[in-house]
Amino acid sequence: MTRLLTVENLTVALPAGADRPHAVEDLSLHLDAGEILCVVGESGSGKSITANTVMGLLPKGLPVTAGRITFEGEEILGLSAEALRSRRGRRMAMVFQEPMTALNPLMKVGDQIAEALQVHGQGHAARARVPELLAAVNLPDPAAIARMHPFRLSGGQRQRVMIAMALALEPALLIADEPTTALDVTTQMQILRLIREIQSRKGMGVMFITHDFGVVAEIADRVAVMQHGRIVEQGPASEILNAPRHPYTRALIAAVPHGAAAARAAIRPAPVLEMKGVQKTYQRGGWFGARATVRAIHDADFTLNKGETLGLVGESGSGKSTLARCVVRLVEPEQGEILFHGTDLRPLSRQGWLPYRRRIQMVFQDPYASLNPRRKVGEAIMEGPITHGVPRAEALARARELLRLVRLDESALERYPHEFSGGQRQRIGLARALAMQPELLIADEPVSALDVSVQAQVLELLAEIRQRLGLTMLFITHDLRVAAQICDRIAVMRRGAIVELGATDQVFGAPKHEYTRALLDSIPGREWTPPELSESA
Amino acid sequence: MGASKLPGYLLGRVVKAAIVVLAIVVCNFFLIHAAPGDPASIIAGQSGAADAKFLEQLRAQFGLDQPLHVQLWLYLKGVLTLDLGFSHRQQMPVSTLLWDRLPATLLLTGAAFLFAVGLGVTMGALAARRVGTWGDSVITVLALAFYATPLFWVGLMLVLLFSVTLEWLPSFGMASVGVEMSGLEAVLDVGRHLILPGLTLGLFYVAVYARLTRATMLEVADQDFVKTARAKGVPEGRILRRHILRNALLPVITFAGIQAGQLVGGSILVETVFAWPGIGRLAFEALLARDYQVLMGVFFCTSVMVVLFNLVTDLLYALVDPRVEASA
Repeated sequence: MTRLLTVENLTVALPAGADRPHAVEDLSLHLDAGEILCVVGESGSGKSITANTVMGLLPKGLPVTAGRITFEGEEILGLSAEALRSRRGRRMAMVFQEPMTALNPLMKVGDQIAEALQVHGQGHAARARVPELLAAVNLPDPAAIARMHPFRLSGGQRQRVMIAMALALEPALLIADEPTTALDVTTQMQILRLIREIQSRKGMGVMFITHDFGVVAEIADRVAVMQHGRIVEQGPASEILNAPRHPYTRALIAAVPHGAAAARAAIRPAPVLEMKGVQKTYQRGGWFGARATVRAIHDADFTLNKGETLGLVGESGSGKSTLARCVVRLVEPEQGEILFHGTDLRPLSRQGWLPYRRRIQMVFQDPYASLNPRRKVGEAIMEGPITHGVPRAEALARARELLRLVRLDESALERYPHEFSGGQRQRIGLARALAMQPELLIADEPVSALDVSVQAQVLELLAEIRQRLGLTMLFITHDLRVAAQICDRIAVMRRGAIVELGATDQVFGAPKHEYTRALLDSIPGREWTPPELSESA
Repeated sequence: MGASKLPGYLLGRVVKAAIVVLAIVVCNFFLIHAAPGDPASIIAGQSGAADAKFLEQLRAQFGLDQPLHVQLWLYLKGVLTLDLGFSHRQQMPVSTLLWDRLPATLLLTGAAFLFAVGLGVTMGALAARRVGTWGDSVITVLALAFYATPLFWVGLMLVLLFSVTLEWLPSFGMASVGVEMSGLEAVLDVGRHLILPGLTLGLFYVAVYARLTRATMLEVADQDFVKTARAKGVPEGRILRRHILRNALLPVITFAGIQAGQLVGGSILVETVFAWPGIGRLAFEALLARDYQVLMGVFFCTSVMVVLFNLVTDLLYALVDPRVEASA
């Protein structure tokens, strides 16, 4: 095999005042043609910086201070901006993480692909090539898609367009920067297969950046693990996945949710929450003036027992969040009963709802957006109890206790949310919800915005708190592996309906519905069982 | 699919616009009637023979002795047939007066508008491209100066410099008086008269556009799709034009719609300073002379303009940004 890319002793400086002097330090790696190299690490580990350095897309504030990058036998670090530009898109191409924002919203997708051809002097071929490329990434009706603007396409479709664009000039190197992180599991699996298939057909070298060891197991030939700007371990995929040596790699792999259901204590039927015949439909002005009705929730009955955790699992748009929001009346369903300890919450007035607000609390997905940036953490935690009539001194004492419970320092009370990391903020969000001493906690994707090791910590904390406080929990997630780890029972949702509901080990061990099976099959790296690792290393 | 939905979108907007104009007409009617003194007493006062009988006669002649709702009905009926009443002071139908003056105002505001958008967006784009350099600083400071200077002062200073001291440009009117000109010569003459009032009217907006364009371009430049364009090897100049500027123009269009409406009203001051024979000066004269019929006509005319410009903006927006139409 031919050596496509060599990075030797690369060091990229960070601006003064950053938390470490170098974004990337003394980094060496190589990639052969026809090989997939996965660069794995958590956020801030320098993996995207490495990719951008190779592409010549580093922002001005981040200078390369040492090292060599050789691409197709040519030293590319010293090349002029124009020489680099002429290679970008033609010899090396890149696919980004966020398909929703990576395409120009005002340009038809066909034109955007054609532009890649035009700027490299092949505009004359665009008319024929664009539909061909769209077909190559398995998009139906390429001619119609080419004429659409990005907003008409789903996330998965947009990511296919991005891949088609990257492949337009048949580059030798494809850099994929977390290309499936923002996608649903089934879509993720399709995109992974697509990249693998195209890569083997064209003999490209692929540098695939990810934080997910499941994805690594699915696609990698070789793996490089990064931490704090350095590569701590690199080698063939089978070796890294099954016999990791570096403690950081071992910790990362140990944090991967294993997807196996743990044995659960039996739950006595003592309904806290019952959903019966709840329906929510959205009306929307459709194309050509016709009204379109979207049934967001229908046929989604379930019962949640005291002390139980029920997982609502499904892909985006399946209605899982809407269903949870119906419970706390962030969404008002037009039909059905929402029984909380036997009282129907749905017909209650705003006033009538008040006593229940305290008893049902919610933790949200985005730890960055769910805390008011202008309020101190202490105030955020105490606001709820104080508005419900708890004296300030008592609320403060409770806030202190809760911060200890979620393993944060008491000094957090006087600080602002931006001073905390994502995981810490999610703990603050949890403390805020618990401050009301709720009986029922609704967690809407509480860990999906977090790095895998932080995710493991938060999940552990949730499990512990639930046990200690005897909480009943409705846990919403798109990640089946996470659901397996924390839920007693699982409800699988699709297009507004629950298609399967059962004990976790049953749903995983013997899925009845075909959609559940499809979801399980889409878990990346399902054929890889993470090795049992002792924490001794 | 864009074309197939556009007529429906347009129809909806036109209906809304018509309702808005109707509401404005009704408001104007009551506003004018809230002012002290009716046209009859003014005419009588001016004619010098103000006995009660003459007044009665005048009131009956103009329908002013009718109840208010009947008067409103009559006025609305008139507006619908584009009959805006009769100016007794000028002895002319109001609509004729407006038609005479409208072209001059449209010429002035149109020129100021194009000047403001053209220069403002160019300045903003240049500043954004060279952000942080001295070029950026010069443009930003210049824009701030335009922004902070009062309109009438700019007008006076321009007249002082270009008309009085340098004697390069005429300072009042729309065309040279007492000179026979034809064809190109006449057009150039109007052009020369247009420069000073156009500059005065447009400078403030140049500053607004420059700042708006600079800010949005810097914002758009950080977005992911710009990075995508860079990653596929698009040259910087083309990225700026096709990806950054086009997206950054969306808020500019929104603001341009607002400005276009305001320009017609804002031209009152400039038309008065530069003796420009447009709607603005007509309004000013009508106000001084308490010529209420004309004033109501001017209000009607300017509000129709504002609504019209808004309509054009909406339409333009739908053409530039395909997402708007889909969500409308």
